[in-house]
Amino acid sequence: MTINNSSRPQTSKQKSNFDVGLSRRFALDRIFQIACWTAVIIGLVALVVLLVDVVIDGLPRLDWTLLSEFPSRRASRAGLKSALVGTIWLMVLTAILTFPLGVGAGIFLEEFVKDTWYAKVIEVNISNLAAVPSIIYGLLGLSVFVRLMEPITGGRSVLAGAMTLSLLVLPIVIVATRESLRAVPDSLRQAGFALGATRWQVISSQVFPLAFPGILTGTILALSRAIGETAPLITIGALTFIAFLPPLSLEGLRTPFTALPIQIFNWVSRPQQEFHTAAAAGIIVLMVVLLLMNATAIWLRNKFQQD
Amino acid sequence: MKSWIRSSYKFSVCLSLVTLLATLTACDGGGQNAGSTNGETLRGDITIDGSSTVFPITEAMAEEFQIENPGTRVTVGISGTGGGFKKFCAGETDIQDASRPIKDSEMEACQQAGIEFIELPVAYDALSVVVNSQNDWVDCLTTEELQKIWEPAAQGKINNWSQVRADFPDQPLTLYGPGTDSGTFDYFTDAINGEEGASRGDYTASEDDNVIVQGVANDTGALGYFGLAYYEENQDKLKVVGIDDGDPSNGDGCIPPSVATVENSTYQPLARPIFIYVNKEALSRPEVQSFVNYYMDPANKDLVSEVGYIPLNDSVYQAIQTRLANQTTGTMFEGGSTVGVNLKEVLK
Repeated sequence: MTINNSSRPQTSKQKSNFDVGLSRRFALDRIFQIACWTAVIIGLVALVVLLVDVVIDGLPRLDWTLLSEFPSRRASRAGLKSALVGTIWLMVLTAILTFPLGVGAGIFLEEFVKDTWYAKVIEVNISNLAAVPSIIYGLLGLSVFVRLMEPITGGRSVLAGAMTLSLLVLPIVIVATRESLRAVPDSLRQAGFALGATRWQVISSQVFPLAFPGILTGTILALSRAIGETAPLITIGALTFIAFLPPLSLEGLRTPFTALPIQIFNWVSRPQQEFHTAAAAGIIVLMVVLLLMNATAIWLRNKFQQD
Repeated sequence: MKSWIRSSYKFSVCLSLVTLLATLTACDGGGQNAGSTNGETLRGDITIDGSSTVFPITEAMAEEFQIENPGTRVTVGISGTGGGFKKFCAGETDIQDASRPIKDSEMEACQQAGIEFIELPVAYDALSVVVNSQNDWVDCLTTEELQKIWEPAAQGKINNWSQVRADFPDQPLTLYGPGTDSGTFDYFTDAINGEEGASRGDYTASEDDNVIVQGVANDTGALGYFGLAYYEENQDKLKVVGIDDGDPSNGDGCIPPSVATVENSTYQPLARPIFIYVNKEALSRPEVQSFVNYYMDPANKDLVSEVGYIPLNDSVYQAIQTRLANQTTGTMFEGGSTVGVNLKEVLK
């Protein structure tokens, strides 16, 4: 007590330098909290309004015909069968093409390459590629995959479409892979090397498993971007009316295709109101597919994180 | 290490589940393709691309044709008239949908690639000038008045209805129309302003005609133009304007767009023919031949009106069938303009 008393002049002097001002700081806290909430609410309200609007428009039309019928001139008879199957083909193929290429490139750039000027050039270019408008990839896909590689892709085929979409999302996958690898503490790598493990052993058994959930999330988010793309697909010549499905064989890769966004785009621009309703129902279908993909991503990530 | 192996196993299980799902969905398509097994049926692919204006007609034809001929696979794209011609003249498509005749530059491209084509009109589209439903002062506009509104010189100057005609009220004039990439825009500027592509730029342009519908429907002083089908679907929201071209020889006074006025060619100059171009070499394939015959069969012209376009009359159909039978190549419209063209005359 006495000590406290004797030191009081000093503390009061400190107090004058250090203004506690708790109430003011809490007020600042509140303001920041409110600002953040507003940001969240604005985003949510916009999303909810859009969702409710689409669901109200499209729900009456959301029936089995929509999924089981091919496109038609009659709105009541028109369905998304070829578009839905086309989208599934595209997504599966894009995933198969993107995952090894993107993750491989990411691992190489993050774990193997030395810090040289060409590594930096590659790095800057990949970041820039992520921001290139999607229609540019469409033009590239048209001249390379559709025209130059016609003997392999079969022209304006589902394979050419998937390759174009893969190009489009590769930068995103590479960046996501690198970010996830970077999040793995360096001490783990050093510990591995200290125990005499080779670089391959360190990466395959230590670093990659830890980074895998993040890589997976990045990949699925990239695919979620690809699923909504229309412009590059129309550019490479994806079709709008198609009343057959690709056969499930290698030949199926080389058949023409359509996809959900293209069908929706076409229906929205029709004069008849019934087509607009069908388009709204199509948007719901696209959204459900997208949500399913995202749900799978979350489920897979949780699965791997538990292990 | 172990956990990684376990998780990679799980991942492959997941992946194969996804693939299986795709397989199941795709499988019943295989069944459909195998549907036609009798020897007489046509087989083969017919690839069509081009204008989104012609798309609904081609889609309707393809849909019905495939029901009758399940062995054929008809595909239709919407790259636009220009984009479609690039593919057509590269020999990538069999049939081209076009909302305007082929241009000289496109003909050169076709010639260089050795592609010969047969030009076939398939229907009329009536470009309709519309105003807001509350607009009670306009029932009719002359082509001069339309030119006064839309010519490039009007930019920034003509922005009130009273400037268009003296007895119109003092009401701001707002304009809506298709974007410059559209065939509708090309035709309208050609027909009204006398030069393709010449238009004022200060109007609300949209490639989606439904946006123009919405714009005009919500703006009392608005004026816009698009294909007749968009007016017919929105008659309760819009008012259509009759057109007077000042030429009594093709109908005196104000003529509103309708099936009748287009068929008797009194709705001038805004009724335009739309086309398909058939690759002559592809026409030697029985499935393409059969599809084009189906397309040009007057018995199927109900399909044209069903999707909102105006069918050609029977005498034009006859002339077209002669043209098809003779495999007459080349275009009927050197120079590219179809304004005021009488199809019966040019087909002779």
